[in-house]
Amino acid sequence: MLEVQNATKRFGGLVAVNQASLKVEAGSITGLIGPNGAGKTTLFTLISGFEKPSEGGVLFEGEDISSDEPHVRARRGIARTFQIVQPFAGLSVLENIAVGAHLRHAKRSDALARAERVGQRVGLGPELDKSASSLTVAGRKRLELARALATEPKLLLLDEVLAGLNPSEIRDIIPVILAIREEGVTILMIEHVMQAVMNLCEQVYVLAQGRIIAEGPPADVCDDPKVIEAYLGAGAAERLKREKVHA
Amino acid sequence: MYSPAIIAEAVVNGLMTGAVYALIALGLTLVYGVLHIINFAHGALLTAAMFAVWLVYEALGLDPYLAILPLTPLFFGLGYAVQRFVIGPASHGNDSNILLVTLGLSIVIENALLAGFRSDTRTLNTDYGFQVVEFGPLLLSKPRLIGFGAAILVTVLLWLLLSRTDTGKAIRAVAKEKFGASLVGIDVAHVYAVTFGLGCACLAVAACLLMPTFYVNPRIGQAFVLVAFTIVVLGGMGSIPGALLGGLFIGFVESLCGLFLGDSLGQIGIFLIFILVLLVRPTGMFGAKA
Amino acid sequence: MTFRDIAPIVVLIALLALVPAFISANTVLNFLVFTLIIALAAQGWNILGGFGGQFSFGHAAFFGTGAYAAALLQVRLGINPWIAFAIGTVAGAAVGWVIGYLSFRSGLRGSYFALVTLAFAEVLRILANAATFTGGAAGVLIKLDVRPGNFQFESRGAFFWIALALVGAVLLLTGWIERSRFGAQLVAVRENEAAAKALGVDTLRVKLGAITISGAVTAAAGGLYAQYFLYVDANIAYGTWISVEAILAPIVGGLGTVFGPLVGAVALHGLGEITKLAAGSVPGIDLMVFGGLLIAAVAFAPAGILGLLRRSARSRGAARNA
Ligand SMILES: Nc1ncnc2c1ncn2[C@@H]1O[C@H](COP(=O)(O)OP(=O)(O)OP(=O)(O)O)[C@@H](O)[C@H]1O
Ligand SMILES: [Mg+2]
Repeated sequence: MLEVQNATKRFGGLVAVNQASLKVEAGSITGLIGPNGAGKTTLFTLISGFEKPSEGGVLFEGEDISSDEPHVRARRGIARTFQIVQPFAGLSVLENIAVGAHLRHAKRSDALARAERVGQRVGLGPELDKSASSLTVAGRKRLELARALATEPKLLLLDEVLAGLNPSEIRDIIPVILAIREEGVTILMIEHVMQAVMNLCEQVYVLAQGRIIAEGPPADVCDDPKVIEAYLGAGAAERLKREKVHA
Repeated sequence: MYSPAIIAEAVVNGLMTGAVYALIALGLTLVYGVLHIINFAHGALLTAAMFAVWLVYEALGLDPYLAILPLTPLFFGLGYAVQRFVIGPASHGNDSNILLVTLGLSIVIENALLAGFRSDTRTLNTDYGFQVVEFGPLLLSKPRLIGFGAAILVTVLLWLLLSRTDTGKAIRAVAKEKFGASLVGIDVAHVYAVTFGLGCACLAVAACLLMPTFYVNPRIGQAFVLVAFTIVVLGGMGSIPGALLGGLFIGFVESLCGLFLGDSLGQIGIFLIFILVLLVRPTGMFGAKA
Repeated sequence: MTFRDIAPIVVLIALLALVPAFISANTVLNFLVFTLIIALAAQGWNILGGFGGQFSFGHAAFFGTGAYAAALLQVRLGINPWIAFAIGTVAGAAVGWVIGYLSFRSGLRGSYFALVTLAFAEVLRILANAATFTGGAAGVLIKLDVRPGNFQFESRGAFFWIALALVGAVLLLTGWIERSRFGAQLVAVRENEAAAKALGVDTLRVKLGAITISGAVTAAAGGLYAQYFLYVDANIAYGTWISVEAILAPIVGGLGTVFGPLVGAVALHGLGEITKLAAGSVPGIDLMVFGGLLIAAVAFAPAGILGLLRRSARSRGAARNA
């Protein structure tokens, strides 16, 4: 469904994404993990079109979309959420979601009806008439999800929608994500909460310093010494193994 | 075609006017660089300063050059108060609000001057207003030459103030990172007001330098403020050397456009430059963002 | 739009239409026509500034284009004034599109957009003031020839009705925008452009649409002005005064609301007249009040007069329920 081919993104001298390639199969939930500053969000901006890659390209459903503007990609069926939430602060929660719904529904009443259904689904039902700026962190994350979902995407890019939530809020939202996939929406998610990655993803890519350093099922990837070192520093894998032997 | 002497005179005259433009733009760019706001009241404040020069001359017989001494601190205080007690609190820290509040201020000031002084145009009758200095083949207006020198001097002084003094350091710290500056104990609201005060002080000096050769009426600031915006955008918002270079350049362009296109069309060159720079390179042509 | 959206607008306009039946004093009608022209110009600004969040400081560019087109097409080319008026409105839309295309495509927003629109208006003012086709600094006089077919009327009441009809039409247009996809996307651009893009909003197209409509409406106000006063010059048509009026009324009345510009224009100019009566003939005194009100509105009433009314209605409702 989605294929990133050798994408590189430079900001001045900094190489935020370096020759990264990945594939997301239709109907899957794929994870993208990596330490802070690895370039995960930047890779999302390349896929969603907010930045153009310095090199490499992006294929969606077999077509090269590298030169498409963000709104064109949204129309094609790619929706993203923002790690730093970007609500329409002056609008109500329902109106926020309706902006997304308008992508496929020209009529105001249709868009509002659709927005209301989506809002209910992600658990924002009681909040729909409140101002978006009055939401809690968890509420705002749900709003990000709801707006993206309201565009009726084929591919959903989730950037740390679980970050900043407490364990019970995370437990609440995981079934929502699974249900979205059941409806046939493909998901690519950036996540730091490893337990969620383990539960949700079939396939995981690990990004470190802009490079994809590992890929595979979550359990395998977590045992990969390269990945452990990327997170914990050089020599960490050795240390862990020794500790395991001693134990 | 014009003789080389006429063109040379136009160029030099343009540069001399440009230095005073630069001084006006300096206040604007300083405020932008630190507060990150566009002060639409800048022109009206200049008009107020020019009326102040006229008033002290008419009422007290104070020479415009001497008027620099009382008017500069007066306008510093005025600017400080306006930022601290009007713009700051009224705009709730929101950019488009600041735009509107300064627009409101400019309307109030301009029309207060209109109510107080009526729409007549006023000039100063100094005995040196029309004196000229011979400079090779060129005849240069003496007050404009003084204006040129003084404007450059003030630019240098301001630059020294910003780079050498503690106040300057605080201002630059706030300009770079106001949150960090507030963490290390800098009173951001105070620094903002000081910066705005400095901007107004520049206007007071500019007004004193302008009045011997120029005239004042309640709407005069509008003409200057657009020129000043052009200079600031051209020189790079917030850049002091940019403002000086931009001012000289705009004075030059205006003078030549005036010579070749006539007075009524002369200003069009400036606005076309303004639009072009905004559209093509809104960070300014002379690069450096202070 | 549903009946419930349309009804208040129609009722308001119908009530206002009765005014000339009770008041025939020329000074009052003059005041009302002028206020409606300002309201119309401000309605244009509000579509772009209030709904779209793009603050133009140069709506004179559109007002002047409408005014000059209306005047010049009939005086120089002998075109029927009604048609000239319509062409002027279209010309305003075109100028809006061009200015919008140039500035939005370069990514100008906030203060930069305000400055560039101001500069465009100034360029047009200088050109109109210098060109011979526009009559230069002397301006254009429209010949007095009172015939309805000529867009000139015996009674000021007729002009009042035409201005009112235009204001009413734009109220309906704005009401439609508020309830349409275009409006939702425009407001989304105002609130957060990046988020709007991510949700599939073609932000450039939406902003261009807004500035084009905005330009047309404000140009219509300019055309009406020319036709009412039968005179146009550069400082009237392209002067900063009208840019400022167009900003003031929506902000004082209620930014980004259907009725805000009309309420604001009536309140401001009503107050202006009262001030002038109270203070005698001190020039600029009414504008001083306007400037003060602008600052006060930003500081204390960001939702304008309508916001204050809504707030007090709500607290009264709450008091009753308690
Ligand atoms: N627009 C930009 N301009 C310059 N540098 C940028 C820009 N965006 C990101 N970077 C830099 O690129 C690097 C990767 O950032 P990115 O946000 O993609 O990391 P991330 O993996 O999402 O991290 P986190 O887990 O903290 O969200 C960082 O060093 C960041 O500072
Ligand atoms: Mg990130």
